[in-house]
Amino acid sequence: MKLSKSFLSDYIDLNGIDYNDLAEKMVSIGNEYDSVYKICESTNLVVGKVVECKNHKDSDHLHITKVDIGEKELKQIVCGAPNVKEQIKVIVAKEGAILPGGEIKKCTLKGEVSEGMICSLAEIGLPNEVLKEEDSKGIHILNDDAIVGTDAIKYLGYDDEVIDFELTTNRADLLSIIGMAYEVGAIYNRKPNIKKLNIDDSINKDIILDIKTDKCLMYLGKIVKNVQIKESPQFIKSRLIASGIRPINNVVDISNYVMLEYGNPLHFFDYDKLGNKVIIRCANEKEKFTTLDGKERILNNSDIVIANEDGPVALAGVMGGLNTEVENDTKNIFIEAAIFDPASIRRTSNRILRSEASNRYEKGIDPNVTIKALQRAADLLEKYASGEKQNGIAKYDNTNKEDKIIEITLDKINSVLGMNLTTDDVDNTLDRLNFSYEKNNNNYKVTINSRRLDVNIKEDLIEEIGRIYGFTKIDGKLPILQQKKGVRSRKNLVIKEVKNRLCSLGLTEVIGYSLLSEEKSNMFKIEDYGKISVLDPMSEDRKILRKQLVTSLLDIYNYNKSRNVNNINIFEVGSSYFTKGDEYIEEVLVSGLLSDNIITNEFNNVRIKPDFYLAKGIVENLLKFLGLTNRYEFKSDINVKELHPGRKAGIYVERQLIGYIGQVHPNVEKNELYVFELNLTKLMDKKVRNIKCKEISKFPSVSKDLAFIVDRDVEAINIINEIKKSGGRLLKDIKVFDVYTGDNIDKGKKSIAFSLTFSDISKTLTEEEVMSVFNKIINDVTTKLNVSLRNM
Amino acid sequence: MSKEERVKNVNDEIINKLDKVNSLKELNDLKVEYLGKKGKVTELSSLMKDLDNDEKKKYGKLLNELKTNINTKFDTIKQNLELEEINKKLEEEKIDVTLPSTTINVGTLHPVTRVINEIEDLFLSMGYDIAEGPEVETDEYCFEKLNLPKDHPARDMQDSFYINAERLLRTQTSAVQARVMDANKEKSAIRIICPGKVYRREEDATHSHQFTQMEGLIVDKNISLADLKGTLEVFMRKLFGKDRQIRLRPSYFPFTEPSFEVDISCYKCNGEGCSLCKDTGWIEILGAGVVHPNVLRNCGYDPDIYTGFAFGLGIERVAMLKYGINDVRMLFSNDLRLLNEVNRIEGGDLDETK
Repeated sequence: MKLSKSFLSDYIDLNGIDYNDLAEKMVSIGNEYDSVYKICESTNLVVGKVVECKNHKDSDHLHITKVDIGEKELKQIVCGAPNVKEQIKVIVAKEGAILPGGEIKKCTLKGEVSEGMICSLAEIGLPNEVLKEEDSKGIHILNDDAIVGTDAIKYLGYDDEVIDFELTTNRADLLSIIGMAYEVGAIYNRKPNIKKLNIDDSINKDIILDIKTDKCLMYLGKIVKNVQIKESPQFIKSRLIASGIRPINNVVDISNYVMLEYGNPLHFFDYDKLGNKVIIRCANEKEKFTTLDGKERILNNSDIVIANEDGPVALAGVMGGLNTEVENDTKNIFIEAAIFDPASIRRTSNRILRSEASNRYEKGIDPNVTIKALQRAADLLEKYASGEKQNGIAKYDNTNKEDKIIEITLDKINSVLGMNLTTDDVDNTLDRLNFSYEKNNNNYKVTINSRRLDVNIKEDLIEEIGRIYGFTKIDGKLPILQQKKGVRSRKNLVIKEVKNRLCSLGLTEVIGYSLLSEEKSNMFKIEDYGKISVLDPMSEDRKILRKQLVTSLLDIYNYNKSRNVNNINIFEVGSSYFTKGDEYIEEVLVSGLLSDNIITNEFNNVRIKPDFYLAKGIVENLLKFLGLTNRYEFKSDINVKELHPGRKAGIYVERQLIGYIGQVHPNVEKNELYVFELNLTKLMDKKVRNIKCKEISKFPSVSKDLAFIVDRDVEAINIINEIKKSGGRLLKDIKVFDVYTGDNIDKGKKSIAFSLTFSDISKTLTEEEVMSVFNKIINDVTTKLNVSLRNM
Repeated sequence: MSKEERVKNVNDEIINKLDKVNSLKELNDLKVEYLGKKGKVTELSSLMKDLDNDEKKKYGKLLNELKTNINTKFDTIKQNLELEEINKKLEEEKIDVTLPSTTINVGTLHPVTRVINEIEDLFLSMGYDIAEGPEVETDEYCFEKLNLPKDHPARDMQDSFYINAERLLRTQTSAVQARVMDANKEKSAIRIICPGKVYRREEDATHSHQFTQMEGLIVDKNISLADLKGTLEVFMRKLFGKDRQIRLRPSYFPFTEPSFEVDISCYKCNGEGCSLCKDTGWIEILGAGVVHPNVLRNCGYDPDIYTGFAFGLGIERVAMLKYGINDVRMLFSNDLRLLNEVNRIEGGDLDETK
């Protein structure tokens, strides 16, 4: 809402009030603004009279004018506008004038001196949305009553100050100048000065109303005959411009002017095109209707239309129809002042068009104001369009116009605010707010005027009192509550700890977007899943909720890589989203990406380069951290097409697939990257025992090495499992210390060397005891698996 | 030559030779030569057997003196030689300590997580539980229970991503409020904070379509605005320093009444006006208010018995202000150069015991 100072001052005394101060005070009571400005900020503009106008001999469009600007000598100004001519009064930017386009200086145009500029409205800086086409094409011609040499901006009323408010959606009352006057009055403790109208609410039986829907709450109509369509008086135009509305002609402007004053939108029909029967009904499904802007709209039965016997003539509360438009030859006007169901208007305008009218309708209209707006419009048409008001009105009214009564005690006010207001304080704020009340000791019975649609319950009233009294006066204190400890869920704790662990392992936490493109949603998929997509995405890139985090990590990798950032080792803990039947599921994943050395020293040749086994080490570290030692396995059996087919593994905990690890397929990323993903939700479901330390053996352990020769594609885990099974309780540790192919090993074979550690908790093992287990292992492995012992 | 002379000769010989010893090996060879099984000193001992008792005693004493003397000399020289050798080795091992160190790339938590951790720790210490809820939320919990019926104009405040008519990506962690109140079967007092991701249809330098919010809620008896203000003072001073002042600016949210935008006094200029606070001296930081009776009622609480306050703030905004980041998109592009800067203990007035 753009609030014009001159418009507002019709309704409240603004003497001695600085408009910037007013804006700040409005903020402190909850009404934020975007900016405070003058309609026109240009300087040094005066009224001039073109005394002489000749064509420039070297130009096909320039004119050389002599202009009287009230100074001793005429000014020579070269002007390119097609509509410049002798004897007109114009806006002249003098030398030194500052316009949006720059400073005006004396200059020479095609050999002729120009001592200023004759301006169009666009050139002096009026915003585009309030200008007509001709305002940019030619200079602005002033009325003849403008006095030469005086301030042209003042004459036009464009020195008016404006506050551009960003109002909260509950304050429907502030979408009117009168509502604003009450609000400003509460700040400065001044009574608004609301003109009393002579309301004629007798019934005019010439108009027949047929209300077919309960979504029309009130419908009033009045006829004004023989209007003369012309330009509006300047004060109406400049106030509309200040309010951000383009002036059209006196009749249309009056409907907007009254809407701004009272907050109730009006619609003017050409009465001769409308006829005397007005039907208000819901639109038919797929009913077609052409609005004022010439666009054909397809309606549905939640839209409300105004119609005559021939069909719709207006889309109620949103826009009028082309078929009943007020045009330059319109003689007779039917004024509509109505109230419609806010939710319906909101639905329709969201679909079709949001307008000044719909904005007001959807927030609600004070039912006591509609008749006033109607009368005011008729009065103004009479005054500024020479119209003849016809007696009486058409009327349908189903609204409740009673004042609201809120009963409240001083105690309640103070207990909510945490303050110690006295009855004097409360009396004073209620007076400022123009709320009348009865008081009995500390009990108040407050009457809320119907203009305040937002004040309905005690709490609303308490806010009003606090707002005007000043919330800044509250002293903060901590609540006095029963002692208790704050708790977090195990999930919350595990996530926090997992993040810390991964940081200590050298990975940096990143946070990616949950929404992905369709294409990415199909990548790194272990299984099909029920996708969740948003109905109306902002872009194709942000359409589907992610089921995996790896593509986000790849995006972040690429972002950094393209900026030459090194050491991209990252992880994310985030949700995966999918449906299972009717159920919406969110599970927590942890994912990592390794691309660079974890430990480096270039000159010293130290490089811990990421490879599959480093990634695996990080994953294992995490699994052990989660208490799952000896309960997981890595199997190369998964099928993820974005992973290197020879360097990938599914991660299983007790046979349940809980994630994967692998090198990113060169088709996806040509640099060597390793990624992993673990489903933390599933991992957290695994029961984990509390820590109980094992007794540490006081006796020395014995290590024995051996190597087996196996087919190249045999996986080490087979041998390890067999060794474990065979080694029994004395075998404490198995390490793979060498994998070898080449000289002395047959083609197609490889050698895997193990170091086995034996110990007993209760004694030192003898060589015989160790050898007996060691030989059993060799025997079991070589007989059960297709392997042979390598002689070392 | 008398035995005594022979002993003296051997002694002189050894001392002479020991003077010329240069290495542990030479020393060892010399030891074998004289003290070994066939060594010259051993040889002298063999003369004992032909002597009578008196002479044996005399000669034995002489020999012992010789051995002690020689051994002491050997030990001294050995020690010296060893020291020399170690020093030589140490000299060789000297390095240039100014060469670059080996980099151990530790990871860092995302600034958003870091801020969440800090806030969680504070509120846990004040008895608040950490609560959470789904990001794919129902219209009921995200809006309707929060006093925002369908077709309410205030729905414009948050342009949402709908999944279908009834489900959407939550636009506010306030949805968790409603869930926790609803789920509380005893309808007893509540003290929670709820951090989490939220989604709104907006995107510019200060808005991302995805961001992180933290909601706080108390439902209890006799909770007033003064309690809200006091709590926010503790909260904001923890995040932005102990001199911060709080300003409650009336505003409108459907789920609270009264509602406020909350400003903190600018920590850069201490309220005098600077570029950070756009010369106002205040920085808008969060929204808050007294829980609307309709919300309490919708979630099964009797507003005549219970009151409460709620507040919500954007974590990214806090991170941007704390760490001086001026574009929210920086936090989501995850530029590691930025992330790795937020990776250490901070100074300032973190010592809250003072």
